[in-house]
Amino acid sequence: MMRLLAFFLALIVAAQAPALAQSEDPILVPDISQHEIVLRQGFTGANLLLYGAVLDPADSDAQYDVVVVLKGPSEPILVREKDRFFGIWVNSDDTAYRSVPSFYAIASSRPVLDIVDERTAAIYELGLDYLQLSPSGSIDPAEQQRFAEGLVDLRQRQGLYGQYDTGVEISQGVLYRADIPIPSNVVSGRYVAETFAIYDGRVISSATSEVQVFKEGFELGVEEAANDYSFFYGLFAVGLSVFMGWAAGRLFALV
Amino acid sequence: MDVYLPIANLAVDGLVIVALGVATGILSGVFGVGGGFLTTPLLIFYGIPPTVAAASAATQVTGASVSGVFAHSRKNGVDYQIGGVIVAGGMVGALIGALLFNLLRAVGQIDVVINILYVLLLGTIGGLMGREALQELWPGRFGGGGADGGKRQTAKRRHHPMIAGLPYRWRFYRSGLYISPLGPLILGVVVGILTMLMGVGGGFIMVPAMLYILGMSARVVVGTSLFNILFITMLVTMVHAFTTRAVDIVLAGLLLLGSVTGAQLGTKIAGFAKPEHLRLVLAAIVLVIALQMAYGLGVRPAEVYTVVPL
Repeated sequence: MMRLLAFFLALIVAAQAPALAQSEDPILVPDISQHEIVLRQGFTGANLLLYGAVLDPADSDAQYDVVVVLKGPSEPILVREKDRFFGIWVNSDDTAYRSVPSFYAIASSRPVLDIVDERTAAIYELGLDYLQLSPSGSIDPAEQQRFAEGLVDLRQRQGLYGQYDTGVEISQGVLYRADIPIPSNVVSGRYVAETFAIYDGRVISSATSEVQVFKEGFELGVEEAANDYSFFYGLFAVGLSVFMGWAAGRLFALV
Repeated sequence: MDVYLPIANLAVDGLVIVALGVATGILSGVFGVGGGFLTTPLLIFYGIPPTVAAASAATQVTGASVSGVFAHSRKNGVDYQIGGVIVAGGMVGALIGALLFNLLRAVGQIDVVINILYVLLLGTIGGLMGREALQELWPGRFGGGGADGGKRQTAKRRHHPMIAGLPYRWRFYRSGLYISPLGPLILGVVVGILTMLMGVGGGFIMVPAMLYILGMSARVVVGTSLFNILFITMLVTMVHAFTTRAVDIVLAGLLLLGSVTGAQLGTKIAGFAKPEHLRLVLAAIVLVIALQMAYGLGVRPAEVYTVVPL
């Protein structure tokens, strides 16, 4: 259905394209299968479909590559590294980062480095190796590299970071689509999807769209209660456990 | 059955959590330990953030110990007097524990300290308990020539000489003791600190300490231990709610659902199973957890890199 939707969308835009496009650069028309992700009971993760069309006003037969990047809200974090110390593993070194995306997924029609050179990849943050994590404090590049790799590896295993080298499908040189899996452990906030059309190693067009991830209803209530009414929340937790223990005792006494 | 945990911020299989609750509940019903020492590591292993695991496990242990306390108090199996002294110590301990927790977290060694504590405590207690159970089951074969002598000595000794040396003696009738309240008070402080740090009720340390250090009458040990666990975990839940804000009510609810049921089953099992067998099983479980933690500490940690928000 999404594919069909994208196709119709492409047709509509294609009809208007001559009027819109004055320049030679192609136009990107991106969309996302859902603009809201609600964290609530039953949510076990989602598959986000990022799709759209690349419209070439020049009507050339150029083969574009498409790269989509989905980024979660950035946060300052501290990464700790364990090391052996008298035979046991303890936290020894750490590095602080000012802004690290809580979620990062990139999908491309071909492996990123086949599409662009390293410099371009670094400028547009295309790929897990090119994230600009902005470490605070001065540490040497080798160490910085090691920490960054450790962080990326950890988040990849948590499902929060991902790189899908052939994750973008392009059909008829116009329509593209990419499936990006969202795990259940994402944080709330504003997620930004960036789409890049790349030709000859150059980003010739880009567009962004947004996804809001938030808690609602009961889940939002619990989070707010835990933070704003800590005392009553704690009392409630204690009361619940005492009640359930007592109730179980009574129930089993009947059996 | 997928359940989204609003504080832990992830979805889990609810049935797995309930099953985990049942397992720890059975432990608590059978042995008078809270079972937190099993819940916390398994929750972390399942992917729950460590702080949330420790905080929610404390809440669960409260529930698991409630029905035990009722059951034992009906049989006059709770010494409220000595229990009250231990609880008072436990409250002080929990507050000290909270300070330590924040201090260690600031230094960045909280997880390492928790692991070391687990390995040391569980390893020692599991080893002692296992050896004793084996000695009782097959006297003479385990522990060499000292086995018989050791057993007789335990039976004869009322309480540890260290306890006998403390001043201001009180009479604790139900426990059959005439000792200084400082002994149980200090025990309470230690257990309170451990509860706060490890998310455990401290039963696995309290029961042996009551038996072998304080020399309390075995009849009141399990009930009094549960009584203390009940109060200390209640306090720890409150402290966590205030400081770490990591009590996940949904996670705790699922654990409770399993553990209150398990606790009842455990009480029934305790009725007909041979105590030596039960103790051997508990020792084995405790040792497996200790070994698992020791492996992570000495050979290969589960994660070399960890992330904390700033």
